[in-house]
This record gives sequence, structure tokens and C-alpha cells, in this order.
Amino acid sequence: MNALLSLVAVSILVALAWVGGSVASLRSVFGIVVPAAAVAIFVVGLAARVTRWALTPVPFRIPTTCGQQRTLPWIKASWIESPWTRAGVVVRMALEVLLFRSLFRNTQAAMTAEPIPAAGQDAHGAAPAARGLRRLVYGEEKWLWLAALAFHWSFLVVLLRHLRFVVEPPPAWVDAIAAVDGFFQVGVPVLYMTDVLLLAALGYLLLRRLVDARIRYLSLLQDYFALYLLIGLVGSGVLMRYFVRPDVVAIKELALGLVTFAPVVPATVSPFFFVHLTLVSVLLAYFPFSKLVHMAGVFLSPTRNLANTNRMRRHVNPWNYPVKVHTYEEWEDEFRDKIKAAGLPLEKA
Amino acid sequence: MRDRYVILAALVLFFVLVTAPVWYARAAGEKAGGPDVKLPTQEKACVMPVDYMRTSHMDLLISWRERVVRENIRTWTAPDGTVYTVSLSGTCLKCHTNKAEFCDRCHDYAGVTPYCWDCHVDPAAIARSRP
Repeated sequence: MNALLSLVAVSILVALAWVGGSVASLRSVFGIVVPAAAVAIFVVGLAARVTRWALTPVPFRIPTTCGQQRTLPWIKASWIESPWTRAGVVVRMALEVLLFRSLFRNTQAAMTAEPIPAAGQDAHGAAPAARGLRRLVYGEEKWLWLAALAFHWSFLVVLLRHLRFVVEPPPAWVDAIAAVDGFFQVGVPVLYMTDVLLLAALGYLLLRRLVDARIRYLSLLQDYFALYLLIGLVGSGVLMRYFVRPDVVAIKELALGLVTFAPVVPATVSPFFFVHLTLVSVLLAYFPFSKLVHMAGVFLSPTRNLANTNRMRRHVNPWNYPVKVHTYEEWEDEFRDKIKAAGLPLEKA
Repeated sequence: MRDRYVILAALVLFFVLVTAPVWYARAAGEKAGGPDVKLPTQEKACVMPVDYMRTSHMDLLISWRERVVRENIRTWTAPDGTVYTVSLSGTCLKCHTNKAEFCDRCHDYAGVTPYCWDCHVDPAAIARSRP
């Protein structure tokens, strides 16, 4: 149901964009106003979200360590998994941001296919009460990590390749990226590896939610919406590059018009391009308000970016107010005569 | 507390990166508008309609390459019945005499590096480079 509803939502967006690109009076709305507004919402929305996070107090450290913390000199400490220095935190963050370290630890719970043997102890040393039952086991689950890595890195490369449309003349390093990406020179225009990787990764990430009943149960409307939106975006781009040829020169004129604040919508830009442009605009505008904002959030995860110095250093809550205390010495002074009369020992005679 | 300055700096960096094309366009004095392509003066029509050539000339060229290299068919009949000799340097460049002012203008503008010229030569450029 969720999957269907978000598919309908993305289809409506595609249809709207197609109409916007076909009706002459709407072309400037969908070609200029929508993308400009989307970029503005993206930048302002993301800045507002990050500012809100920055102003949220983090009174104590939640290091969620995956390694031995630093204690006695003869206990080997893990400086990346449980960092106590700034360098360790930086390395841990880099591993998280660039290689999705925590997703690499992903596990999957499943019941064993075969029941534990009824007689005797099994290989795992199962307790007698567990005999004849199936066992819950946790296995490594690396496919999600692999697909996520393939998707994010390909998306970055595709994004950088698109710089050829907004910079004139296109920078040499963008050409170099495109040359490496199209290294195999399959067909004309050459097939980009990242296009294939992107579609394969997105396909896996969608199927993963659709096929496994447990993940399907956990999947929300917005999980599917983001996936369909991205598939629509990448799909329209791939179709334009390899199948329905748009007028690339006219598209660059439109893009350059946007970055130089002299917007034009050339007549030869096909409605197909408007679908691509509108989907990317929706993605940008949707970004700050959705789970996609993890792009910024990953840098601010308290469990990743704080050093595990809970025991090494004394962390005083900066907004502690002075607490009125009544020490033992004061208490003894208060009841000195009574304590003495009862014959009880005193700290200060 | 002092983390806020780091976060603010990162936000500024993010803003600069997102709007980089705009600043670059300002700095380089870019102007909107397409490439300045020199069209041939002596011929009025290409082998296919201009709309097709503008978007899909690479399909035609690659099919020409495959016809010549793999099937040894050196002629090609256009939809209007005209028979052309299949040759990049001989047929295309006969009218579009200046590769630098025709092919390269659009390709450079769109950031496309076709590998035609890995093997083919531009006869005009060779003639110019001879003393």
C-alpha cells in the first residue's frame, strides 16, 4: 500500500512535469521558477535544520563504542573504534562518512532452517530445554552496505559530471571524471559505469523493501517515495542520454541562464527534460524535511563525533546551577551535643 | 559550545559549494547563450533533417562506422534517395570544412569528448600544420 501510494505520488509529479514542459505558458514556470525555488528551499531549509541541531545541547557523551576504551596502559585500546583523541574521532567520522563503517556492521536475524537435534548437545552447546527448537542466529548482512556505497558514490560522480552543464567552459577535471566513467566506450554516447551502478543499486534498495516481508512491514511511505523519486530521476536521465535524445546544447543554455540569472527556456528543450528537472527540483526541496537530510546529520551524530573521554576527563555540565548542599561536617556541628550525649563517635571531637 | 563555530564554518562551506557555479559564472564573466557554430555556406541541407542531426548525429556516425568497418558497405542512401559515400573526413568534412569551428564548438560547449578523432584525422588541420 505504502509502495503503491508513493508510486502514484511520483507518477503525478512526472505527469505534472510533462504537462509543464508541453504547455508553452508553463515552460518558464517549470524551467525557471521551480528549479530556482527548489535550490532556495534546499539551501535555506538545510541551514535551518543544521542550525537547530547546533543549538541543541549535548550535555554528555554517548560514545557507543565498538572497541576497548583507553584505561590502563597494559590494556590495548582501540583508537578508532573508541577514540579518545581528536584524530581518532576524525578518522572514525571519515570512515563513517566515506565508507559507511557502521552500516558495514549490519547484521540480520534469522531462525535456523533445521531444529536443534533432540538428543545430546548440539555443536553450539544448546541447553537441553532448547532441544528440538529452531535457533535464532545473527548473520552478516553486507548487501545493504554494498548497495548503499555503490549508490552514494555513483550519485556523487553523476552530480560532478553534471557540472559540465552549469560551467562554461566545462572544467578539465569534469571531463576527466567523465572519461574514466565511460572508460569501456560501450556505444555512442559512451555508457557511464555510474549510470549502471546507480540503477542496479536503486533496484536492489527497492527490491529489498518489497521482497522481504519484515522489511516491507517496516517501510514507510516516505521510504518508497525517496526511492521512486530517485529512480525516476536517474531513469529519466539515463533515458535522455541513451534513448530519447534531447537537444543538449539547448539544455546547457537553460542551465547557464539559471546560474547567470539571465534565465531562458529555448524552444528546442523537450518535455522529457522537464521531467528530469522537476524531479531533481522536488528532490532538492524535499531534502531538508525528509530522511535524506542524513547527508548533513551524519556529521552531527553524537554517537560518532564525540571522543570517548567520559572517564579520562571530568565533564562538568556547563549550565549546572549552584546546588545547596548540607555536608556531613555541617550536620555534625548541628547535632554535636546530641551525638556526644548519646556516646556516638565524632569525626571532630 | 565551541563546536558551533565549526558547524557554522561547515555551513558556509556548504553554501559556497552549492552556489559555486554562480560565483564561477560571475568571476569568469560567463554569459548565457549557445555556442557560436560556423555552418557551411555552400550547402543548404545535411544528409538528414537538422533536428535529427542536432540530437542524434552520433547514432548515424556509429552506424556508418559499423557498416564500413564490419560490413564493408561504403555507400549510404538517405531517406530522400540521395546516395552518399560513407566517410567522416570525405563526406562530413567536405561541407563542414572546419572541425574546430563546427564539431568542436558544440562538443566543447557541452563538455563532450567524442573518440572519433582518436583514429580519424582532420585533413584541414594537417594541411595547415604543413610548412
